[in-house]
This record gives sequence, structure tokens and C-alpha cells, in this order.
Amino acid sequence: MTDGNKIIEMEVLRYRPEQDQEPFYQSYEVPFLDDWSVLQGLQYIKDDLDGTLSFRWSCRMAICGSCGMMINGVPGLGCRSFLRNYYPGKLRVAALEHFPIERDLVVVVDDFMNKLAQIKPYLIPKQVRALDQGEYLQTPRQLEQYRQFSTCINCMLCYAACPQYGMNTDFTGPGILALMHRYNADSRDDGRAQRMELGHADAGVWGCTAVGYCSEVCPKDVDPAHAINQNKMGSAIDYFLRFVKPRGASQ
Amino acid sequence: MEVFKADVAIVGAGGAGLRAAIAAVEADPSLSVALISKVYPMRSHTVAAEGGAAGVVRDDDSLDYHFHDTVAGGDWLCDQDVVEYFVAHCAASLTQLEHWGCPWSRKPDGHVNVRAFGGMKVERTWFAADRSGFHMLHTLFQTSIKYPSIRRFDEYFCTDLVVEDGRCQGVVAIEVATGRFTFIQAKAVILATGGAGRVYRENTNGGIVTGDGMSLAYRQGAPLRDMEFMQFHPTCMPGTGLLFTEACRGEGGFLLNKDGYRFLQDYGLGPAEEQPRNKFMELGPRDRLSQAIWHEERKGRTIDTPYGAAVNLDLRHLGRKKLQERLPLICELAEEYMGIDPAQECIPVRPGIHYTMGGIYANLETETPLPGLYAAGECASNGIHGANRLGSNSLVDIIVFGKLAGERAAEYAREVQHSEPTTLAKLAADAEQRALDVVNRTDGSEKHSILRREMGQSMESGCGIYRTADEMQSTCDKLAELRERYGNVNVEDKSTVWNSDWLGALEVGYLLEVAEAVAHSALNRKESRGAHQRLDGFEQRDDANYLKHTLAFHTADGPPRIEYQDVVITRSQPGTRAYGAAGVAEDAQAAQEPAHD
Repeated sequence: MTDGNKIIEMEVLRYRPEQDQEPFYQSYEVPFLDDWSVLQGLQYIKDDLDGTLSFRWSCRMAICGSCGMMINGVPGLGCRSFLRNYYPGKLRVAALEHFPIERDLVVVVDDFMNKLAQIKPYLIPKQVRALDQGEYLQTPRQLEQYRQFSTCINCMLCYAACPQYGMNTDFTGPGILALMHRYNADSRDDGRAQRMELGHADAGVWGCTAVGYCSEVCPKDVDPAHAINQNKMGSAIDYFLRFVKPRGASQ
Repeated sequence: MEVFKADVAIVGAGGAGLRAAIAAVEADPSLSVALISKVYPMRSHTVAAEGGAAGVVRDDDSLDYHFHDTVAGGDWLCDQDVVEYFVAHCAASLTQLEHWGCPWSRKPDGHVNVRAFGGMKVERTWFAADRSGFHMLHTLFQTSIKYPSIRRFDEYFCTDLVVEDGRCQGVVAIEVATGRFTFIQAKAVILATGGAGRVYRENTNGGIVTGDGMSLAYRQGAPLRDMEFMQFHPTCMPGTGLLFTEACRGEGGFLLNKDGYRFLQDYGLGPAEEQPRNKFMELGPRDRLSQAIWHEERKGRTIDTPYGAAVNLDLRHLGRKKLQERLPLICELAEEYMGIDPAQECIPVRPGIHYTMGGIYANLETETPLPGLYAAGECASNGIHGANRLGSNSLVDIIVFGKLAGERAAEYAREVQHSEPTTLAKLAADAEQRALDVVNRTDGSEKHSILRREMGQSMESGCGIYRTADEMQSTCDKLAELRERYGNVNVEDKSTVWNSDWLGALEVGYLLEVAEAVAHSALNRKESRGAHQRLDGFEQRDDANYLKHTLAFHTADGPPRIEYQDVVITRSQPGTRAYGAAGVAEDAQAAQEPAHD
């Protein structure tokens, strides 16, 4: 599989609920080539050393969002982190922080999936348009208002980075708040009021304590911290407008 | 075993499966729809599609042009009635995605923009930067959340179809998190499981693209059609095979050999001009470009990389601003994975397996020959791609035919009743036992990872860009050996929670069956057409004998049985497939002759 003469030590978190009392690190010697990703190192382990290691992966190109993990304590995508950057030191790979471990590097993502569904992550159109009327018009400038926030790959690295989510998983969290902003900021959309019922709450934007680590670890430059900040401003404006607007006034 | 009763079960939650699910519940909100996927929907491989989706919108374009580009691009192995339906429904299907929020790139006036793509006469490729598949998939997934009657089974791995009374009545699946089996009983089943690129070693596909649905249908007697036509994409990352989208060339990128020469002009695609010109040079079809790179290698005009011969993809002249706007993912791949700044340096690329043109035979209504079983997307062979798919036709294939499959399956489900539950439960229990046998045996000695690796190498040597009978026969023999050895496979991991060793073994079982269908279909086609090119006396297209679809049928424990089926020709008689200046001359001549229709 490899004719590389470099060998890196990978310590991988193991936990098989049927046989292990608690998680532990297992060490593997992995020969590698300079262009190998951490994911390729794990694949080598699985294919050639130990078939019992489990982890999620698919696309290998940082777009499917499957292979988020802790790499030497930092949230990263296995497929976009490279073994050469850790050599000759050893490398520690663990399951994403702040999520329950299902097995080895696989975490339970139900919380993320449930939150995603709750924020109505779909277009709630200002006006319904028939197909034969063609597309909604949206200028490049309008697209730019939300484009960045639409590129989230749901890898959940920002959740592993977020101290607030680590303390209290009721917090909606960076990725989902960025997704909420993606639709709120879309010129075709009119669902902001419905979504902000959740966004206004303590679990929503106000749960964020502006640490900003989420944006630092984001592999796609989504910048969830910026999205949350914009919504805090929106949320505050909504709050004050309640006092100045007469009842029943249009939005 | 747990039983879930659904009206429609859909296997695969990528673009086709999600679109089918939405269509089924929109057709009848009272229907219960089970959407089963071995990964969370947003991990499906649709996510990795980059360039865009074809749909006629420009005033200087026409459905007729799209039809002819597709049929000629497919070397006349397309079913023309299906292509006709397809081109007529592309634009509306893409508009529907726009209405659901898909962030298509725009023109300054706010209308959707289109870009050039290989083999397309007029710009008609809708795109969302170079993350088109990603945005389509996330749009479809997020939109599907609006429909409460879609019941998702995320991370459920399908091991079998349940067929009773001559029709498909459900699927058996393993819940990955627990190892428990569920029988999803359904009046109609749609397969939307994607392609089988992982039968090869170097490919653009995600690890999940293992031909599961193809194999499941094949085992139940549904034929796999045109499997010999595996598409090599010309511009992939050496080693990993990761994709550099055709949009790189649609935006004006060049392909250069080691001398900096735009070599495609030597292969009937010229003349070379500074500006991109549709159906010329770098905007030729994928089969021709991959073949040209193969020839350059034999002429000693390629670049050596540790992973084999490569040519250069030159994007430097596009400038950083345009690269960042139109091809941000390509920039990221080049920079992060290869340490190359595409605004400054060329990117070495080589052909890699990208797309499975063949698949489960499905007719214009997405019906397979097995009643109650439908197929859509890359797992299906509905006849639109022929012997070579044009770039940007597949992302729209999945939504045009995903929708149709959802509607047809919903209609069918309303007409039929579930069979006797105990009979079905017995069949489901048998299926469970077969899957358990793979993990429970203790006397096996073969590692499935080794079998997979040997399969991939053998497919590359025998069923590559150019093929000979001897090499194909060696691959067929090797695959028979691997099938034999698979019977002796050992799964190290005997646990139930997230046992990916077991699932990996089941996937290798799927892959080996699909690989045999590919290799035997290839060996039996004694001509050259599209992505199937031979060097052993069958270098020409042979319409007299092979203007036919290949059908591969599963047999008890031997290689597939091969049969042939007529191609549906409605208004385009097989002609010369020409590009570049030769293509223009061909068009001019055709215009002078009396029209065929």
C-alpha cells in the first residue's frame, strides 16, 4: 500500500460499548507518504492493521462533512489534515468533543440533526411563484448576503469548538444559527419571524458568549460567529421595535 | 425483527432519493414514505458534484440542441424517447430547486447564470460556483424537512430486497448504530443508491459509492444494462483521484502536455483558439479527452508523478479573482491537497473513474422489469447517457427522474396491497440470516480489504480507457477467483454497535457482483463506442451488430448471462461523432441533407 519510509505513531481513541468500560487510546504505527491525510492514515489502520476500528468518512475532499474529529485536541476534518504536519511527533485522534461517543471515533449526532430540523431550514417564500413564472430574481449582491452561510457542510467542528455548547447542549449552537441566518438573509425568504422565535431565546443567539473559536475551526469559512452577531443585532432591533410599532403593524 | 409499514420505500437519500421522496408525498400527502440511507442525507455523494446541471434557458439554445448533444455525446446508445422527455423537463426541474432556495449563481440582472460545459453546443449549465451538487443536495435535504410524512431511516444499511408474489415489497436494513435489523415493508420501492465507481481503485467517488442498489436489484433478477460504459473523467488528482471539475475548462482552462502544448488539437478537437469555444478542444466530451491523454502518455509527452502520467490543467490566465468567484473549491483542493496556487501554477491531472453510465435497467417511467421496483439517478440505466455521459447531464438526471420515480411509485402504491405479513416476515428473516452469516462465521480467512484492493487493480488493468480481449478476460478470471474467495471472507469485528467491518464486507460483496457485470459486458462488446474502446481489431463502432444495449443477468454462481436489447431511435440516426472543426463541417453537411425526421 505504501513504500514510504516514514512511520508516524497514531494514537486513536477506542471505545466499544459492548466490551470497553471506558474510552482508551490505542497506538498504531502507520507508514505514510507526504500527501497522506489523517483519514488515509485511519484507512490504512482499518484495512491493514485492525479491522475493528470504526469512523465515518466518504468524500475525502472536505465537502461531505463526515470525518470531523479531534486531532491533537483541535477539531478538524480527517481528510483535510495531513500526517506530514504532525511528523515526527505522534498524533492523537479522538471523537469530536461535546458529543456522546457511539463507538471509537463515531459520535451520536441526533442533537445536531434535531436542531437542524427545528429552525425551519428551508425557504419560506415572500410570494409563492409558479414554475412557469421562472426563477425568483436575485442579484449577485443579494446572493452575497447569505452565500457564505449556505456553504456549511454540517461537519460540526464548530460544536466541538464551542465552550458554550460544551457546558449546555440546550444552546442551539454555531452551525445551526449560521444556517438560520442563511435563510433569514435570503432576499427570497420571509420566514425570519418564525425562525427567530427560537433565535431570540437564551438557547438561541443570546446563548453565544462570543468566543469566536467556532469561526476559527470552520473548514469552509462560514464564519458562524459573524452570523450569530448579525442575528443578535437583528434580535435586539426586534425587541425594541415591539415598543415603537403599533399593534398589528406590518413587519 | 422490527417492521415498519410504508407505502413507498426509497433506498438512498442523495439527490435522486430526496427528490423522489418529496415528489411522492406531494403527489399524495397521506402516503407514508420511508427514506433509507446508509449515511445521513447530506453525506450522500451528490454533495461532491461540482460543475453544474444542464437546462436550456438561453434564447440561442433549444431543446433540439440539447437532445442532439446528448445523443451524439452518448455515441447513439441513448434511448431517444427518454432523452426527449429528459431535455424537456430539465429547466423546470432546476427552477423548482431555485424556488426551494438553491443558491444558483446569478447574472447581474438577477436571472440564473449558465456556463459552458464539454460537448454542449450552447452554454446551458446552471451552477452554484463549483459546489453545485453540494447546494442541490443541501437544498433538497433541508426542503424535505418540511414534509412530516417522510420518515427517515438515517444510517440504515440495506442488505436485501423482499420480493414476493412477483413484486418488490420492501427492504431489509441494518440499523448501523445498533446492528439491529428492520424490515421496511413497502408497496413500492425506489432504488436511488448512486453509482459503483468504487469497483476501481483511482476514482473521484466517495467511499460509499459501492453499487449497493445495483447489486440488490441484480440479485433479484433485474438486469444491469450497459455496465461496460464506465466514465473516466480526464482531470483528476493523481493518487487520490479527487475531481477537478469540467467547469475549469468551461471557464476557459487549458490542458497542456509536458511541452506546454495544447495537445487536444492533435486528436480531432482543434483548432486551438485563445477563447473557449463550445465543442472544441478542452470543451470536447470526457471520453475523447481521457483517450487523448492516454495517447499522449504513449507518445512520451506527459508529466511523471509518483502516481503515474499526468498532463497539466492550466488555469493561470483566468486570474485570481475569477478563480475565487467561479472555482473556489478547485482552488481549495489544489492549495490544501497539492500545495499548488492555481493562479500561479498548473495543476497536474490524470483520468480517473468518475461515473457509471450503466445501471439497473429502468424504462421511461423509471420502472425496472421487477414490478414494484423503480430506479432513478446514477444507479439506474434509463437510457439518457448512452455510451458516454455529457458533463452536467447527471445532476439534472437525478431530479428529473427522481421526481418521476416518486410520482410513479406513489401511483403504484395506491393500486396494490401488502401481501400476507407472515409470508413477508419469513422472507425478511431469511435475508437477516444471510447478512448475519457474513459476520458470524468463524472459519473465514480472507480480508475483504484485500479483496477490494485486488478487484480495483484488476478493473484498472482490464477495463481501463482502452481494452483488449486478453486483458478483459484476465479481469473476468480474477473476478471469478475473488468471488470464490469472498465465500471465505472473515469479519474480525463481531460486535453489534457501528460494526463497519461487517458493512465493509457486505459492500465488497456488492462491488464484486457489479464488477463482474462490468467486465463481462465489456468483453462481450466487440466494437468501440464512447467510453468502451478496444485495441484488438474492434477499433470501430459497429452499428450493424452493436447498436444495442448490453443486459447482464445474475446467475446462480457463475458469471453473468449477457443479452442484448434494441436502442430506441426516434429521430437521430447514428452519424459521425465529430467535434472541433470537423464537428462544424459535419453539422453543415447534415443541414444540407434532407432531415431524418
